Amino acid sequence: MNAVLSHLGDYAHGMETTVVLTLVSYLGAFAIGLAVASCRVSPVPPLRAIGTLYIDVVRNVPLLVQFFIFFFGLTKVGIRFSPFTTSIIVLSMYHGAFVGEVVRAGVNTVDKGQIDAARALGFTFPAVLLLLVLPQAVRSVVQPLGNVFIALIKNSSVAYTISVVELTGTADRLNSELARAIAVFTGAAIGYLVLALASAFVLRQMEKRLAMVR
Amino acid sequence: MKPNRWRFAAVLAVTALVLAACGSSGSSSKASSSKAPTFPAGSTMDAIQKRGKLIVGTKFDQPLFGLKSATSGKVEGFDVDIAREMAKGIFGDVSNIDSKIQLVETVSKNREAFIQNGTVDIVVATYTVNDTRKQVVDFAGPYFLAHEDIMVKKADNTIKSVTDLNGKKVCSAQGSTSIKNLMAKAPQADTSITFDTYSQCADAMGDGRVQAVVTDNAILAGLVQNSGGKYKLLNAPFSDEPYGIGLKKGDNAFRSFLNDQLDKIEKDGTWKKLFTSTVASGGVETPTPPAPNRY
Repeated sequence: MNAVLSHLGDYAHGMETTVVLTLVSYLGAFAIGLAVASCRVSPVPPLRAIGTLYIDVVRNVPLLVQFFIFFFGLTKVGIRFSPFTTSIIVLSMYHGAFVGEVVRAGVNTVDKGQIDAARALGFTFPAVLLLLVLPQAVRSVVQPLGNVFIALIKNSSVAYTISVVELTGTADRLNSELARAIAVFTGAAIGYLVLALASAFVLRQMEKRLAMVR
Repeated sequence: MKPNRWRFAAVLAVTALVLAACGSSGSSSKASSSKAPTFPAGSTMDAIQKRGKLIVGTKFDQPLFGLKSATSGKVEGFDVDIAREMAKGIFGDVSNIDSKIQLVETVSKNREAFIQNGTVDIVVATYTVNDTRKQVVDFAGPYFLAHEDIMVKKADNTIKSVTDLNGKKVCSAQGSTSIKNLMAKAPQADTSITFDTYSQCADAMGDGRVQAVVTDNAILAGLVQNSGGKYKLLNAPFSDEPYGIGLKKGDNAFRSFLNDQLDKIEKDGTWKKLFTSTVASGGVETPTPPAPNRY
């Protein structure tokens, strides 16, 4: 355990990277998710098709494969992002698909009568979506959105395969230096637990305040 | 009906026993002709011989040392050859020696773990002996002394030695010792790009993400050979990297057996023959083999 205690600074640095990756990617995922869900419930058939295609492709290809396509693949056609930027893009896209499905489930909970009423009052479809449907939809799915957030904390470790040294990467580098696998990776596990449990606490508070009571 | 069925079963069982006896006597006569050595009961060598397979961790993506052929599926190279010689010491010089070796892919960072948890008996995988690693695993050998060197693009004339790497982006594999040695010689080098394997480093250099790849000259020689003339080896060594055979810590009898076996192949010319046909074909000169270090 000394191996971990004498490198707490390294762990803190790794955790910081994990937190930044997670927060920025979640913002991206949330935006993508709202857009995709809006497409899927839209009355315009091509938009619905785009939304469905996005979810079918992005949700069903392993995260690691998407990292490699973006990092090693795109450079071959002249598109080059830094490891960190690539990670943000891929994590946002991947979790955006999940957020999209969660939000769509939320949309289905909104009473159809409200939508009809809003349309009868002359609101356009985008206005109905933004002002009436999405706010209610998101509030009814706070808990599953939290699940996606916690999944994202853990999935951010895949960024290490393209050399973003986050929490897992920190542990792996320490392991190659100290060759103490159990202690070093237990340290990383504790780090993830702290992050996930703290987020779960915050999410519970948010759920209490935001969740729709019907 | 019932007694008949029992009798039939009994006849079947006897037949099976007789056949099995024939089978085993046949194979034991074959084994005696190949002079498989005997080992003290309870020793690792004995356990491996009884199991019938030596389980070896090696690299599958390391040209010249351990490279899995895309066409035949066989893993070939100097490390695999060394492992085969170790297997001969346990099973005798039999013609089907390759069927007595099970190769497991190891990468730089899982070598200690695979030894410690018993996934493999030995690791022969361009595995540098050093003091940190010696705290958790033991090493037989070294069987080769490599040096860390630098690979750059063929057209690059700005990098001539390790100190020129200051301020440059340099790639090495996760879990290898190269980065530490590099930082000692070129503290301003940017080593933020690291991957699982050296082939990914070479790929990243082709994409212009890094300007140089550092690791052992013998490994780089393989990558240069595979690059089709795109990359070159600088031949500017900046450290000594003795390659050893990794094994479970504290298994002194097994370690001493492996050292004896290395001694034997280094003295009878086998080592030189194997080296010439593998590593030397990548442009590394055949050196005199290092004497095993029996610590």
